[in-house]
Amino acid sequence: MRDVAIIAAGQTKFARTEWPLIDLLVEGARTALADVEIDESIIQAVVVANMGAGILNHQSGVASAVVDGLGLFPAHAELVENGPASGASAVKMAFLGIAAGYYDVVLVIGGEKMRAVNGWESTDFVATLTHPFAEYIYGVTLPSMAGLFARLYMEKYGITPEHLAMVAIKNHNNAMFNPEAHVQQRITMEGILHRPEAVVNNPIVADPLRMFDCCPVSDGAAGLVLCAAERAGQFTDKPVLIAGVGQATDTHVVHEREDPTDLKAVTLASEQAFKMARVGPDQVDVAELHDAFTILEIAESEHAGFFPKGEGHKALERGETQIGGKLPINPSGGLKARGHPVGATGIAQLVEITKQLRGDAGQRQVKKAKTGFTLNFGGFGNNVLAFVLKKT
Amino acid sequence: MNELEATLRPKETEQPPYPPKRVVLASGESMIVRQATRQEVPKLLEVLEPLIWVERDYYDIVGARMFSELLGWKRFRVKDEYCLVGVMNGMLVGLVNGRSLSRNIGISLHTMAFHRGLRVGAHLFAAKMEYHIEYLNQREIYVVAESPIGFRRWMIEYALEERRHVAHELGGVMSYALTRDLYFASKDRLVVGERPVSEEMLASTLDFEIPDPDLLVTQVSGRAK
Repeated sequence: MRDVAIIAAGQTKFARTEWPLIDLLVEGARTALADVEIDESIIQAVVVANMGAGILNHQSGVASAVVDGLGLFPAHAELVENGPASGASAVKMAFLGIAAGYYDVVLVIGGEKMRAVNGWESTDFVATLTHPFAEYIYGVTLPSMAGLFARLYMEKYGITPEHLAMVAIKNHNNAMFNPEAHVQQRITMEGILHRPEAVVNNPIVADPLRMFDCCPVSDGAAGLVLCAAERAGQFTDKPVLIAGVGQATDTHVVHEREDPTDLKAVTLASEQAFKMARVGPDQVDVAELHDAFTILEIAESEHAGFFPKGEGHKALERGETQIGGKLPINPSGGLKARGHPVGATGIAQLVEITKQLRGDAGQRQVKKAKTGFTLNFGGFGNNVLAFVLKKT
Repeated sequence: MNELEATLRPKETEQPPYPPKRVVLASGESMIVRQATRQEVPKLLEVLEPLIWVERDYYDIVGARMFSELLGWKRFRVKDEYCLVGVMNGMLVGLVNGRSLSRNIGISLHTMAFHRGLRVGAHLFAAKMEYHIEYLNQREIYVVAESPIGFRRWMIEYALEERRHVAHELGGVMSYALTRDLYFASKDRLVVGERPVSEEMLASTLDFEIPDPDLLVTQVSGRAK
């Protein structure tokens, strides 16, 4: 199997936009292509990640449309739909194609146009990933699922609403230095939790989760150019190596799990990625985790192996997950503040880590970052992908 | 005032003022909510003008109607209207307006927030309801919405009652009503803020700045800059 490197990375600003889906994806691809001097005719394939074109945008054949928008004929074109993990899945498919020797250069682009519909409809759209008869028909949504998970996890490990708020405050602060972030608004513990005004400022969404515990609904696209590592030097002097890839699945129905607080797929996917990369979690300098809800950043940081179970919130208290801490988590602002256009997220996480390892992350740069980690959480933990990236 | 002007000008009812309050937002910053004066209307119109061309979420209709309502108030052509402004760090971040239809009935006109993500609109709408119920001592307030967002927010968040026999003066659509009972049932979770506001804080709101029009349009329309 050949080594694979990332030679270009970019994303649109995540926000609420007027761009149609295909234009948004093309723009995301253009931001990535602008990151490297490359003759586009050598791009052999385009892998597109998207979850909701059919439901949200009444669009199919998305990958072909993107290739057409980019004028990249006769490149191969494929769409990958794997729920909120679509982005990382698309990168994995491109990685496999290059590692196997079938391709040399592949463009991966992920995006979503979620604000085409109102908030109720976008929440319902995401809820379609739940089990249709065991969950969805009972009105389960992702926020409600996360609320149930948060209650159990908080009771089990002594996590308080303040810990959840600390995740949100940290990630909002990080996003202030990320011009592509959807939410650029500092928030305070006083304003979102302790003042009487907090009942309005930060209302309950799904108890115990409040508004600032939940990611925004975003439009946006992100792209990467992957290349056989042996050829990467032709295009850039700062390629980033995809050193490890892991993936694992778990039961579709969350209550069928022996312990719903045990995110087994996160543990297995992370272990697989670390094993392949021949590094341990203690060697990671910066991580992007899937904080669609604040509780998930804490739980994933433990299940990925960065902290013992029940200790993630204590590391947070000690400031270890802040930029400048022992393991900065979500320097981009995470899903919480950078935003979560579902098909783009897994790729945007890799864009951020690529920038961090190249030393191109500006004011949010993690010093001396050499090894990075991403975790893209699909379903409610039923399909998870992990990546380990290394500076070359 | 000449005789003709006296005929054209609606007779104002003396109404108690809205006492200013301080609301601490999610950012930890304070927003002062206070009653605007007629003299401030030109500045408010300046903020609204660029929004009357933004179709998204009915900003055009809300902007144009609010523009004309405030202009009508300034030029003495609307009866018993008022406007509340939200000012944060010396910057106008939102405004709401309404009027009294009668001693017992209030009319909610419009709500517009210029700073997104801090629930400025929710606080200002609540302040408007607070004014009608607690200071004007009215029985109920008629409310409608031009946009689905407004409908979801006000009609559902406050669980407003239908008033099938009342065509609201904004477009003639059926009114919803916030009654005193509904208001007090929701007050704990929707109406917040501290009084009194210090003289110094209040003074900081008097000569407020207005948001940059390009930035404002970009923010509300979702258009790329």
